[in-house]
Amino acid sequence: MPTFVRTDKCDGCKGQDEIACMYICPHDLMRLDRDGSETGHAMKAYNQEPEQCWECYACVKICPQRAIECRHYADVVPMGASVQPLRNTRSITWTIRFRNGNRKRFEFPVRTTPEGSADPLAGRTENMDIRLIGDPTVMYTNDLHSCDTSQFIAC
Amino acid sequence: MAKFKTVFEDCDILVVGGGMGGTGAAYEARYWGRDLKIVVAEKANIDRSGAVAQGLYAINCYMGMRWDENQPEDHVHYARNDLMGMVREDLAYDMARHVDSTVHLFEDWGLPLMRDPKTGRYQREGKWQIMIHGESYKPIVAEAARKSADKIYNRIMVTHLLMDESKPNRVGGAVGFNVRTGNFHVFRAKAVIVGAGGASHIYKPRSVGEGMGRTWYAPWSSASAYALPILAGAKMTQMENRIVLCRFKDGYGPVGAYFLHLKTYTQNAYGEEYESKWYDQTKELVGEYIDHHPTPTCLRNHAFLQEMAAGRGPIHMVTTEAFQDPHKETVGWENFLGMTVGQAVVWASQDIDPKYTNPELTTSEPYVMGSHATCSGAWASGPEDISPDEYQWGYNRMMTVDGLFGAGDALGGTAHAFSSGSFTEGRLAAKAAVKYVRDLKNEQIKVSEGQYENLKKEIYKPLENYQVGRNEIVAGTVSPSYLLPIHGLQRLEKIMDEYVGGITVNYMTNEPLLKIGLEKLKILQEDLEHIGAEDLHQLQRAWELKHRAIASECVTQHTLFRKETRWPGYYYRGDFMKLDDENWHVLTVSRRDPETGEWTLEKAPVYHIVD
Repeated sequence: MPTFVRTDKCDGCKGQDEIACMYICPHDLMRLDRDGSETGHAMKAYNQEPEQCWECYACVKICPQRAIECRHYADVVPMGASVQPLRNTRSITWTIRFRNGNRKRFEFPVRTTPEGSADPLAGRTENMDIRLIGDPTVMYTNDLHSCDTSQFIAC
Repeated sequence: MAKFKTVFEDCDILVVGGGMGGTGAAYEARYWGRDLKIVVAEKANIDRSGAVAQGLYAINCYMGMRWDENQPEDHVHYARNDLMGMVREDLAYDMARHVDSTVHLFEDWGLPLMRDPKTGRYQREGKWQIMIHGESYKPIVAEAARKSADKIYNRIMVTHLLMDESKPNRVGGAVGFNVRTGNFHVFRAKAVIVGAGGASHIYKPRSVGEGMGRTWYAPWSSASAYALPILAGAKMTQMENRIVLCRFKDGYGPVGAYFLHLKTYTQNAYGEEYESKWYDQTKELVGEYIDHHPTPTCLRNHAFLQEMAAGRGPIHMVTTEAFQDPHKETVGWENFLGMTVGQAVVWASQDIDPKYTNPELTTSEPYVMGSHATCSGAWASGPEDISPDEYQWGYNRMMTVDGLFGAGDALGGTAHAFSSGSFTEGRLAAKAAVKYVRDLKNEQIKVSEGQYENLKKEIYKPLENYQVGRNEIVAGTVSPSYLLPIHGLQRLEKIMDEYVGGITVNYMTNEPLLKIGLEKLKILQEDLEHIGAEDLHQLQRAWELKHRAIASECVTQHTLFRKETRWPGYYYRGDFMKLDDENWHVLTVSRRDPETGEWTLEKAPVYHIVD
């Protein structure tokens, strides 16, 4: 379901070097038209290749202006329905609107720790023993790494 | 193309691709290689890149060893069984014994894992899967990788590996371009870990027109996992073992949670159970494999396809019973919202509420990847302690090119690794790569200016093709001198579809078809020398297409080589319809000579390391 950008909401992230949707799109689809020469709308973003869009919603979730929505793939999806998320740092709320007007709403957590807090070296920096680098049963983490070789067939 | 600046980066370990495999590599490399320089080059932005960009609702590979739920040998049995006997059991075991620790890290970092309120253990979806709220799975993992690597280069499309000129068959880094600035990037590295993506869009998808981006595997998975090692002369394995997915129709909504957790089930258009009807017919083709439990994925596909061909489609998933339970209804919807949002819309737009309507299923076009119920990828060395000699040449997860490692989709033989297993493979590869770099001591790699300058010319040629050819035509997309990336992509998809067993031929092929397919792929690749790119975005598409084309050639060579139908339901060799254990209980291994472009194929033994 390709994304589109609403002209009344997009502000081109106020002219920063890299705008949010361009920054995040996994497929390099979002493009900023700085001077309006490509779209007739200066300082607004657009999806330059809708037929390569996975409808992953990365741009929809990140847009600070909530200017991006999906109008789902025209090849099979009838018009009139929508699925729109609202994400904050702790949870995401999805609103599903059916073609007949019915609605469903779901809220789910997105992470249990503050953004930016993941620490890859937490509590493990002191224990490294480089002699273990040749031991395939050992990994960085102090955890259960089961290996019972008695069960192996000799080959 | 002098107008593009050349940017150099010299490092010890270069990670190509920052998906689950690549982030795992960056993480583990930092631990063992405190003093090493570790760099990641990613085509998009690691916050939302790779197959997990959209999120995931389950972690499909967790042993639960601490609770004695499963042990690594159980994983080997499961993967072997599901792939009709054919996996690298040493690699599978090695991943499985370490995968739990990976999942525990994810939980520490903030990934919400559901718990069973009664036992306090992770909530199981099935025997192997645990349920998560995974909307931010990738951003969380990326955070740890960013803090581990010395530098992350986002928006770099890596096009080629560099070779060391001081020692034959040794990697020396990689080159690529920045898809935003156009800068040419030369990474000189002692070891390279390929964590790039598998292949969507090599077969014509069921979706058409505006919908063609809607595929099961992400459209940005452009086969770089295969093209990079193939072009460097690395051996590949099991590339014929493409996967076909049974999914909710038109949105590719996953069925795992529906079958395993919600206990929904399938029936034909007339409300009949159909899988058992095809038991005898399937037994004729594959013998006792149909009696295995659980039934291998491909054989369930086979029954689905037969029932459709018999005129009793569509096949429905019976959801109306389970969805009366409000908890199960929530699980059913979140399953999509967490990883395949498009499926929710497909239903909402047609007023399909699975509480009252049983939705349709279909089978997808084929995909080539290495971490789901399939195991295509590079032929790699196994771990020192459990691999048979023939599978072991010094460093765990090292390919047949010295210093070149792989993880995730890039590695062959390691089915059912999924997200957590791919991250774990990245960790295993990185640990071995650190050892490799340490063992090199002061030995230097040599990459001459000539080597990367030649590649620079090649990389930007599509821009030149366009610039020159564009002047010949008034307007539009029709040029006598160049093809646009979309033209080449659609030709590739059509060739693979019609000759190499895609949807329009019901996954059927044979030797004459495959030979024609190879001819057409050869001509396509000649034409890709004339591909035109209007801008840097199109240049990325051009190189993605070239990667897909070379991977497709490899897939076709392997499919031609294996003279049996090992995985009915994934594809059929019409000239060898039966599974043939006497001659083909083997892994297939190929190598493309980088000088001549000629392929050689051989059989490698399947070693069963546990009973």
